[in-house]
Amino acid sequence: MQLAVWTYEGPPHVGAMRIAAAMRDVHLVLHAPQGDTYADLLFTMIERRATRPPVTYTTFQARDLGGDTAKLFRDALIEANDRFRPAAILVGASCTAELIQDDPQGLARTAGLEVPVVPLELPSYAKKENWGAAETFYRVVRAFAGPHAPPPGTVRPPRPSDRPPRANILGPTALGFRHRDDVAEIRRLLARLGVEVNVVAPLGASPADIARLGEADFNVVLYPEIAGTAASWLARSFGQKATRTVPIGVGATRDFVREVAELAGVDPSPVLEEEDSRLPWYSRSVDSTYLTGKRVFVFGDATHAIGCARVAAEELGFTVVGLGTYAREFARDVREAAARYGVDPLVTDDYLEVEAKIAEAAPELVLGTQMERHIAKKHRIPCAVISAPVHVQDFPARYSPVMGFEGANVLFDTFVHPLMMGLEEHLLAMFREDFEFHDEAAPSHLGATATVAAAASSPAAAAVALLRSRRSEASDAPVWTPEATKELGKVPFFVRAKARRNTERYAAERGIRTITVETLYDAKAHFAR
Amino acid sequence: MSLAVTPRATPGCTDLPVLRERGQREVFCGLTGIVWLHRKIQDAFFLIVGSRTCAHLMQSAAGVMIFAEPRFATAIIEERDLAGLADANAELDRVVERLLARRPDIRLLFLVGSCPSEVIKLDLKRAAARLDTRFAPRVRVLNYSGSGIETTFTQGEDACLAALVPELPEAEDRSPRLLVVGVLPDVVEDQMLRLFAAMGLDRVAVLPPRRSTALPAVGPGTLVLLAQPWLGETARALEARGCRHLPAPFPLGAEGTTGWLRAAADAFDVSPSRFREATALGIARAEKAVAAHRPVLEGKSVFLFPDSQIEVPLARFLARECGMRPLEIGTPYLHRGLLEKELPLLPDGAVLSEGQHVDRQLDRLRAARPDITVCGLGLANPLEAEGFTTKWSIELVFTPIQGYDQAADLAGLFARPLDRARRLRV
Repeated sequence: MQLAVWTYEGPPHVGAMRIAAAMRDVHLVLHAPQGDTYADLLFTMIERRATRPPVTYTTFQARDLGGDTAKLFRDALIEANDRFRPAAILVGASCTAELIQDDPQGLARTAGLEVPVVPLELPSYAKKENWGAAETFYRVVRAFAGPHAPPPGTVRPPRPSDRPPRANILGPTALGFRHRDDVAEIRRLLARLGVEVNVVAPLGASPADIARLGEADFNVVLYPEIAGTAASWLARSFGQKATRTVPIGVGATRDFVREVAELAGVDPSPVLEEEDSRLPWYSRSVDSTYLTGKRVFVFGDATHAIGCARVAAEELGFTVVGLGTYAREFARDVREAAARYGVDPLVTDDYLEVEAKIAEAAPELVLGTQMERHIAKKHRIPCAVISAPVHVQDFPARYSPVMGFEGANVLFDTFVHPLMMGLEEHLLAMFREDFEFHDEAAPSHLGATATVAAAASSPAAAAVALLRSRRSEASDAPVWTPEATKELGKVPFFVRAKARRNTERYAAERGIRTITVETLYDAKAHFAR
Repeated sequence: MSLAVTPRATPGCTDLPVLRERGQREVFCGLTGIVWLHRKIQDAFFLIVGSRTCAHLMQSAAGVMIFAEPRFATAIIEERDLAGLADANAELDRVVERLLARRPDIRLLFLVGSCPSEVIKLDLKRAAARLDTRFAPRVRVLNYSGSGIETTFTQGEDACLAALVPELPEAEDRSPRLLVVGVLPDVVEDQMLRLFAAMGLDRVAVLPPRRSTALPAVGPGTLVLLAQPWLGETARALEARGCRHLPAPFPLGAEGTTGWLRAAADAFDVSPSRFREATALGIARAEKAVAAHRPVLEGKSVFLFPDSQIEVPLARFLARECGMRPLEIGTPYLHRGLLEKELPLLPDGAVLSEGQHVDRQLDRLRAARPDITVCGLGLANPLEAEGFTTKWSIELVFTPIQGYDQAADLAGLFARPLDRARRLRV
C-alpha cells in the first residue's frame, strides 16, 4: 500500500479516456462502479470541453454484484453502440471491475456488434494514467493501422521524388499540457520545412485516419510518454523512423528542425536562418542580467521537465538545483539530464517527498505541475507550471504553445514573470532600507496579494525572526550578536537565508561561537565566487 | 434497466408520478463527503483504503487543492496487496503508523472503505478495532464505507455519522435534549444555535461536533432534528439508541427554516409567542432578501438532475419562495420517511424521478427545454454549450445555503446564471 495525499497521475483507465476523448468517432465503454463518472468533469471542467467525453460507464452497485454484472456490461455496450453509432468501440475496466473479472473483452466479442471493438487491458493496481494512455493509443493504432502493414521484413521503398515528404504527428491527447497549441506550432514548422502532415493522432483522429498512419514517411513524436509505444510498433511494422528530439526551447527546436530535415531529406537551413524566436535576444538584453544564476527546481513529466531544464540552464542562464519526474518509465532519461546539471535526479510520485526536496534545495523558482505550485505557494517561492497534471489555468484562451520557436517565447515569459523583474530587483537592492522598498514589497506586477504577509515589518525584525526560526532547528548553532543580526537585516531578503546559512557554516567550520559583523563579512568574502 | 411510472399512494403526499430508472448514474460516490466532513470535524483524519482512482477522485472532486496537506489521504492498494489479505492488513497498519506519526494532532481516524476494499473483502471493521486498541487512548479509530457500490455522494456522510453513533456517550438523564444532526457550515450552525437559544432551548448539541473529543450524549430523552435529507442510516442508528426523530421540512428558505425550527419548538413546548419573537426578524430578512431575486426567477422552469438528495427540499423552495416551475425533480434516492413534510409541498405538474439513466434523462431535458438545469460538473459545460443555462449542484452541498440569512444566497445561486445568460452578447 502506498500512502498518497495527492497523485500526479490518475489510474490507467483515465489514460484510456484521454485517448478516446481526443479522437473522433470513437466510444469507450468502461465497466466501472458508480462514482467513477467523476472523471468526466476533468474533461468538462479543466479543459472546458463542450461535449461529454465519449464514455459510457456501467456504474454497477452492490446489488448488481449479487446478480449479473456481465449482462449489465453487455447491455451498456449494445445501448452505447445504438445511441452513439461510433466507428469503433474501446472496452475496458476500471480498478473495481478488474477485480470482479467479468472479461469485457470476451463479452464484447460475443455481443455480436458490427462495429470494430478494441479491448483494453488496464492493470489498475500496477500501472498509471500515462501508461494507460500509451497502451490505449498503441492498441488503437495496432487495430486500425495493423491490417495495412506490409509483410514482415518488407523494406520501406524510398519516397517518390515527385511527392513532398509526409509525417504523422503523434502523441497529443485530451487533457494534455498545451497539446492543442503545440500541434498548431509544429504543423507550421513542418510546413515551412516543406513536410506535409499525414495524420495527427490521437488528437482529432478518427479510426479511418489511424488506418492511414502507414502512408507517412516518418513520425514526429511530440510526447514520448503517450506515443512512444505506438511509434516503436510503427517503426517495426512500417519501417517508419521517428523523431527523438522534443522541440522545447530554441536549442531543442533547432535540433528538431535538423532531425526532421534529415528524416524528410530536405534542407533545414532556410528555416534555421529565418528563426523567429525572441528568446535569444530577450535573454541577452540587460534586464535579464538579473536572471543569471537563479536557482531553479524542475519537476514534471519526463518530457517537459527535461525540456524546461535545458531552456532554464542554456537559454536563461539559470542554475538547475533540482530535476525530477513522477514518470518512472522515463527515469533513465531524467537521470541522464540530471547528470548534465550535476544534480541528483528525483524520481518519485510521492508529493511529500517532492515537497521535502524542494524545501531542502531552497530554489528561487520552481518549474513544476499544479502540485509544485501548491508546494511553492506554501514555501513562498515563485513558481510556473510546465507539465501535466493540469489545472483550468493551464488551458489559456490565448495561443500558448510550449514547443517550437513560439513555444520558446512562451517559456521565456512563463519562467520570468513570476520572478522579480531585473530592474525592479536592482532598485530593491539599491533602496533596501527605504520605507517603501522594504522586504514586503512584492514584485509590483503580481499585485497586492503577493505581499509576504508572514514577514516581519522591518528587515531587522525579519532577521531576528529568521534567526529564531533557525534556533528551533539546531540548538548548538552559533550565537549572533545584536549588531550582526542588524547587519544581516541589511542583506536583501531574497538572499538573507543563504547569507545566514553561509555565515553559520563558516563559523561552525572554524569553531567560532559568536557571530559578529566581522564574521558576517569574512564569510561573505570566503564564499564569494 | 427498467423504466416504470407508478403513481404514489402514500397517504398525505401529493400525487406526483415517480419515474424510477436504472442505467448509467452520473453521480459521485460516498467518498466525496470527506471533502466537507474533514472540514467539520477538525481533529479527524479520513484514510481511504482504496485505489488510485479513489485518490484521483478526491483530488478532482475537491476541485482545487486548497490544502497543501489535507486531513485526508488514500492508502492505495497495489498488486501485492491483492495477493494476500494478511499482508494487506500488515501494510495498512504500517501506513496508519506512518500517518499518525506525521500528524500528532489527529484524535479520530476513519478508515474509509472503497469499492476495491469492499470487493476484495478487506475487513476494515476488524482493522479499525485492531488499530483502535493499539493507538488508544490518543487516537480513536473507526470505519465506514464510502464506496460507490454502496453509497451515492451524500450517503457517505450518512455512513460516517452512523459510524459515530455507537461512540456517543449515554445521556445521564431522560429529560429532553435536542440533537441537530448533519454537517452544516459553521456559520449556519452558529446561527441555528442562536435561534434555539432565543427560543429558550438550552440543551442543544450537534452531530458531528467540531472536535471529536466532544461527542454529544444521547439517550431516550434525545430528540433528533436532521439538518440534511440524506441521513436515513444515522437517524435509524440514533433511534436504536432510544432517540426520537422529529419529522420536519429541511431548513432551505424562510418557510423550510421556520418549519424546521418549529418541529423542535413544538417538541419542547415553546410558546407560539416566544417562537414568533425568536424567528420574526429572520423571516422578515429572508423574505425581503429573496424578493430581490424573485423578478429574475419568477416563472422560470427548472430541471433537476439527481445528485445529493437535496433536490426535493430545493425544488420546494424554488417553487414556493422563488416562483419557479420544477419540471423534473431527480434524486438518487427518494427517502419518503425523511421527506414526509416536504413531499406534500411540491407543486403539481412536476415529475419526480429516482435513480438515473443519464442518456434518457438528457433526452427528456432536451425535450423539456427548461430555463435552468441543476446538474453535476460532468454535464454542466456540455449543456451550456447546447444552450442550456445550468446551476452546478455541487455548490448546494459545499456552500452555506440553509437558514434565514442564507435563503437569498441560495436564490442567488440560481439568479446568477440566468443573469449571466441575459448579459452576455458574445
